[in-house]
Formats: sequence, structure tokens, C-alpha cells
Amino acid sequence: MTDAAPAIRAPIAGRSLTHLAFDRLIRNRASLASIVVLLAISALYIFGPAVAPHSYDQVFESYVRTPPSLDPYPRADTLKQVMTDVALHARVTLQDFTVDGQTFRATFTSPTPIDPRVTRYVDRTDEFDASRVTGAAADGLSIAVEGVVHREYFPMGTDGNGRDLFSRIMIGGRISLTVGILATLVSLVIGVAYGAVSGFVGGPTDNVLMRIVEILYSLPFVFLVIVLVVFFGRNFILIFVAIGAIEWLDMARIVRGQTLSLKRREFVAAAEAMGLDTWSLIRRHIIPNTIGPVIVFVTILVPRVILLESFLSFLGLGVQEPLTSLGALIAEGASNMQAAPWLLIFPSIFFVTTLFALNFLGDGLRDAFDPRDR
Amino acid sequence: MADGPILEIKNLDVRFATPDGEVHAVRAVDLAVNPGETVAIVGESGSGKSQAMMAVIGLTAENGTVSGSVRYRGVEMIGLDQRALNHIRGVKISMIFQEPMTSLDPLYSIGHQIAEPLVHHRHMTAAEARPRVLELLRLVGIADAERRLASYPHEMSGGQRQRVMIAMALANDPDILIADEPTTALDVTIQAQILDLLADLRKRLGMAIVFITHDFGIVRRFADRIAVMRLGEIVESGPTAEIITAPKHPYTQMLLAAEPAGGKPPPSDMAPILLDARNLAVTFEIGGGFLAGPALVIHAVAKVSLRLRQAQTIGIVGESGSGKSTLGRLLLRLIDGTGTLRFEGRDLVAMGKRELRPLRRELQIVFQDPYGSLSPRLTVGEIVTEGLRVHEPALNTADRARRAGEALAEVGLDPATRNRYPHEFSGGQRQRIAIARAIILKPKVIVLDEPTSALDRSVQKQIVELLRRLQRDHDLSYLFISHDLAVVRAMADYILVMKDGRVVEEGATAEIFAAPRHDYTRTLMTAAFALTAFGSRS
Repeated sequence: MTDAAPAIRAPIAGRSLTHLAFDRLIRNRASLASIVVLLAISALYIFGPAVAPHSYDQVFESYVRTPPSLDPYPRADTLKQVMTDVALHARVTLQDFTVDGQTFRATFTSPTPIDPRVTRYVDRTDEFDASRVTGAAADGLSIAVEGVVHREYFPMGTDGNGRDLFSRIMIGGRISLTVGILATLVSLVIGVAYGAVSGFVGGPTDNVLMRIVEILYSLPFVFLVIVLVVFFGRNFILIFVAIGAIEWLDMARIVRGQTLSLKRREFVAAAEAMGLDTWSLIRRHIIPNTIGPVIVFVTILVPRVILLESFLSFLGLGVQEPLTSLGALIAEGASNMQAAPWLLIFPSIFFVTTLFALNFLGDGLRDAFDPRDR
Repeated sequence: MADGPILEIKNLDVRFATPDGEVHAVRAVDLAVNPGETVAIVGESGSGKSQAMMAVIGLTAENGTVSGSVRYRGVEMIGLDQRALNHIRGVKISMIFQEPMTSLDPLYSIGHQIAEPLVHHRHMTAAEARPRVLELLRLVGIADAERRLASYPHEMSGGQRQRVMIAMALANDPDILIADEPTTALDVTIQAQILDLLADLRKRLGMAIVFITHDFGIVRRFADRIAVMRLGEIVESGPTAEIITAPKHPYTQMLLAAEPAGGKPPPSDMAPILLDARNLAVTFEIGGGFLAGPALVIHAVAKVSLRLRQAQTIGIVGESGSGKSTLGRLLLRLIDGTGTLRFEGRDLVAMGKRELRPLRRELQIVFQDPYGSLSPRLTVGEIVTEGLRVHEPALNTADRARRAGEALAEVGLDPATRNRYPHEFSGGQRQRIAIARAIILKPKVIVLDEPTSALDRSVQKQIVELLRRLQRDHDLSYLFISHDLAVVRAMADYILVMKDGRVVEEGATAEIFAAPRHDYTRTLMTAAFALTAFGSRS
């Protein structure tokens, strides 16, 4: 029992409030499911475009607005028609056409000798590839061509330009989620710092800072975005800067309100009596304690930002073709609702699932951070 | 039925399913209440005493399950449907709560609120209920009842609101009144009045009272029988006199012996003066401004002078709103004020924040609320060593951990707990952490702002002893702010009595307690010690 004895014993690990909140979150089934869904969707958005067979901007002229199907295109019964069209273009006649698995055989005839370069016409289609001349009649009036039939899968169909919808949803989801998260981070950083300083310092400073917030509130959002576009040109970064610059206002107000009630708490007075300067007080005692409401607000903010981005894209101020976002895809789908309902349905499913998961997670987080609220 | 108990509780069990596991709040409680009798349930916080009564009237929270039997005049109340239950509770069994500030609806006049149980249960119109409401208001001793009918809760003091709550509870002539710590939130003088009122009403109306409290002082005066609860169980019950004079269970003995005892000798006259305050004043302005007209000026502290010597404890006594906490904060310069305040010769009032910072280590504070005074997201080690970061920035992490361990050991906590978070500790332990935080900088003066008021009696005693030991070991000077005269008597050698921001009486503790000169001091003392005195007479 020496004086040093207490320091030698290893300290017992404590369980912080954040720890406990996370435990409660995991035990809540709805939020656990949301987390799993969000992780799965995010993985799809992040890695999907890299492994997908089709690029989001690859145009299949032959497959404009094909309905979704798990069977590969082209269908066997349409191939002959395609080959007939090819023959027509090449000014030859299709005499015989057979498909055997992945390979096709076609025989063309013509009144004049056939140039073997006729295969180029065949290759130009989306359906056939690697065609080569396997035999030609001695007079050159008939030619046999063999090649590969390209099988394309479009599980969610294609859009009006013949682009694979699934690939586009994945890239659009990636853009939407990125904008959602980045813009939320922008508003988080600005809003928390601004609100905490305003609330903590109080007095005239608070007055001035909050009046600035109100002035910014009164600026129409679209106007602000147009001004930014005029000055900086159209830019991906601009989207989340613009959205973040608007959304931090709410965050600042929430954090300011929290700060006002926190700064009357005794632990803040105790820290002040300890001699901490204002910034350390805000950093060590105010900001960490606003985390509950802030996290909840973030989970509401992400879907809101995604919606705002789709609104901007809809107006033509957001992401530009061929890049897309979930909002842009839905807007496009809405205008083709009757002719090609899948253009609306599939992006909406992804959009709604993402938003639902985020909202359930938000609910779960609120319960986890403030269990008394139940 | 007439002679049997009016309320019979058998084998009552209450469990709560919480996200962090099941909590068994009440375990197999048996209790009987006879007509016209006062039964006190005594226990410390968390003993399940309130939950047991909430279960009786069917107000257990949604995540709770109740089992056992509660019979009111032979009618089984557990499992009774909502309609039938409502015919009993609010009519035959009514309840008053601890917090008079939040138990009344701020949007309705008190006349309306008292009439509500009448309108609801007896189907009276508001006009028919009026005479009864007036009668009730007079019954609970509210002066000028006619005019008070139209008042709103915010226009009344805490004691008056508690009277209104009692009037509401009495509206339908209940057989049983359940009072859940009805006086805890009130000042001592008001507390005594409310207790008198309840005792008087019981005599006149012949109802039974179930009185829930943590304070044996109140119970002695008031109850016929006592049940002592601990961890959800009744450990001992019996007639008041028997329990008070010959407690059998060690827990009851401990509770009864928990009053802080002893006193503190004054320091020698040669001891250096640390704090010398002259004519301190704090005024707050409410409202006012460019368009709002003149502000309302409140003199929270007016012309207070005091002189604190080394190793001295000055007790500052007063009711809520007397300015004692404001004075404490001014002495640490946490707020601005006027006058002169010399600490070792330097005037603190004139100093700016930056100049004060190096002096902060000499002047520390411990607050009342052990839940609110520790930052919930920092570990105990971080909380305790916060001052070291400011005043000894040269220390590295290992040094700080060592100092934290020493400070925690000094206040009687296991240093190995320093990586835990405040919510993992009990109220008394948290108060020890707050004290460790104050002493780690080896200050000369500590302002103790009601450090024991939020704690259970038994814990209170331990904290008082800890504070005394630290004072002896380190020659500390304390400013002990409290409304609890028993604790002040045990801690302080000099007392200031404050009322409305002024010092109305001051002097050595022994003198003040032996011969209070000012009327207000006398009122305070009779109120505080009448509670215990009653018990010794019976």
C-alpha cells in the first residue's frame, strides 16, 4: 500500500453514453434493419458501377425502352428480323439464318459479287459481334457469315436513349448519396460551430449572428443557386456547397437552442470556475453534448438534401447528362410514366428504400440517444 | 368492513422492462391502511416507494407490469378496467405530487382546475362547483379565496400551489390521500405550514393519508405508522414511536442516525484573511431595452460584506430566492457585481476574465446537483483533471492520470474507475467526483453551493464527513451555502442568514443557534427543528 498503488492498477473501462446509445440502437430491430439496408444499398452504389457489365452512358440503339426482364436480349425471334434489316442496309438478301447457342450463321446472296466487308454491317448492330466470313461461293454471289450473338441483360429495362437503367440507378444513387452526405457534412460543420458560438457567447454577438441567419433564410434558395451558378459555372461541387449553405441555417438554430440550455448547466459553470477559456468550453463541454439532437437532425437532413438535389437536377441546375441522380431519374421516369412505367418504378424503389432506411435510422437514433422520450 | 383496513396491499410487485434490462422496482410489498390513519413510507431515492403507490392507483408507466393484490374496501384494483378504476382514483383515492411547479396546468386558472374533478366525477356545471371550490380554497388556507379563483399557477408561490394541489385532491372527499413527497421542493418554513395543514385536514375530514418521504424528520411529527423501504422491499414497519425509539433493522438504524452531528471550532484569530468582501451587490435587469421601456431591476444581492479566514467555514443560510447562490457565484467571479472583493489583497471585482484565469485554481466550487455538474460525455478522469490542463499544461497524460487517481482516492473512490462515465455512478459518488475536481488544484477557498441537498440523508452524512476531513488535511476555507440548518450547524463555525439579498443576521454558529436575534432566523429555526422536536415529545 504505497502512494503509487492507485496508479498501478489498470483503470476499468467505462461505457460512454455514445456507447450505450449504440447498444440500444443495435437492439432496436427497425434501426438494425435500416443499417443493414443502408449498408447494402451504399455498397451497391459504390461498387456497383465498377462491376456492372454496362456503363451508365453506354447507348444501345437497338434496345431503346426495352422493358425489364431477367431473360437476355436479344430474343431469338427478333434476331432474324435484325439480320434482315442488316441485309437490307448492305443491299444483299438474307437467304438463310440460324442461331445455335451463342453463335449465328447467316448466308447472304446478291445479284452482284458480295464484298466480304459486309461483316461490318453485321458488327455495327448491338446484337451481333465478331462476325467473320466462313465461306463464299466461287462466283462471289453468295457468302456465309458466322459470328457471336451478344446477349445483354437489362434486369430493369433501358431508358429512352437505350441506356441500362440498373447501371444508371447505381450511378445516380452514388451521386445522390454523395451529395446528401457531403452537403450534410458542410451544414453540420458550419451549423454546429456557428450555433454553438452564437448560443454560448450570447448577448449582442448572438443577436447579430442570428439576424444574419434570418437574412439568409429570407433569400430564395433557387435564386441563391442561380447566382452561384452564374459566378462559378456549373459544377458538381457547387451543388452540395449550395445545399449545405442553405441547410446549415436549421442546424445552427438547433445547436444554438441546445447550447442555450446547456450553458446554464452546472458543469459548464464548474468548468468556467476551473478557468477554461471560451473556445475550450465550447469544444469540450458544449458541442459533445449537442450530439443527440444533431445526429437525429442529420438523419433527417440527408434525405432532405437528396430531395433538394433532385429538385435542382429537375430544374437543370444539378448534375448534367449523361451523369444522373436518383432525382433526375425519377423526373425522367415521371414524364414516361405511361409508355415505360419501369423508368419511374425502379428509381423510385431505390429512392424510397434509401429514404425509409434513413428515417427509421433517425427514429432509432432518437430513441437510442434519449431513451426517456419513449 | 368498517373496522378492517380501507386499503390492503398484498404481495405487490412492479417490474419495468427497460432497454437496459428488467428493473424490479417493488418486491412483494404488504401494507394495510386503516381509515383515518397516517402511514408513512420512508425510503431513500430509488427504494421504490413512489412506484409502489403509483401501482396502487394504476399509474404505472407503460413499460411496467404489476402483480399482487391491492384492495380498496374489498374491491380488487389491479386488473380493474379503466372506467371502474376512475370511479375510485380521483374520487376515493387521490394523490398529490412533489413538484408543485409542474403539477398544475399553466393554461387554466386555479378555480377551473379545482373544479375539474367535480365537473368530471360529479357532473356538476362550473357554476354549481363554484361554492365547493371556494370552500376548498378556504379549507387549505388560501386567503382571499374569491379573488384567487381567477389566478393562474404562475401568479402563486410554491407553497400556495401545493395548497391548490391539496384542494384539488380533496375535492371529492377522498378516503385516502396519497402524498408523494409533498414538501420536498418547498422551503422549510413553507414545509412546516403544509405539514400542519395536512395534519389538520386529516383530523377534520377523517381521511387516511399515505405519506411518502425520504425524511425521517417529517415522519416523526406526522405519522401513526411507518414502513421503511429499501431496494423495493419493506424492511421494517410498525408504529411510529416504536420505529423511532427502537429500530430493529440496521437500515432503519442507519437512516435514523444519519443526521449530521458535531460542530466546527472557529479558526484562530491569527489565521490569514483569504477573502475580504465589502458591500457586494448584484442586480439583474429583466426586460427593458430600446422600445420596452425601463427594465425591472432585481437586487439579488445587496450590501453583503464578509471575511473568510484560512480554515474557516462560513455558512450562508437562506430560503430559495434569498440570493445566497448568487452571492456564491459572485465570490468566484462567475458573474459580475459591484463592491470590493479582495482575495489575498487583490480585488477580484475589478479584474477581467483573462486576469482572473490564473487565480481560478485557488477558488473552486462544488454544486448542488451531482447529476448536472458533471459533463455527461467526459470520463471521470477527464472531468477531474480538467483544471490541470488549464493550470498545469506541462503535465503529460500519465502524470494527469496519476493525479486523477490520487484525487479520487482522496475522496474515497476507487482510482481504477477513472475511465468510467458519470452516469455509471450514484449521486453520492458523483458528488465525490465533483469534490475531487475541486481539490485537485489544491485551492484555498471552495464555495459549496448546497453540496448535500440533492442527496439522501445517509449519503449526506458521508459527504459532510469527507468535506470536514479534507478541510482538516488541507487547511481549506469553505463557504457553505445551504438551506438545511442541521447540516450548516455541523459544518460551519460562522453563519450569515440571508433574506431577499441582504444579510439579516450573522454571528458564530453556536451563538446564532443558541439565541437567534432576528425574527426571520427564528422562523427558520422553529420550522426546521419543530419537525424533529415533535418526535421527541411524543
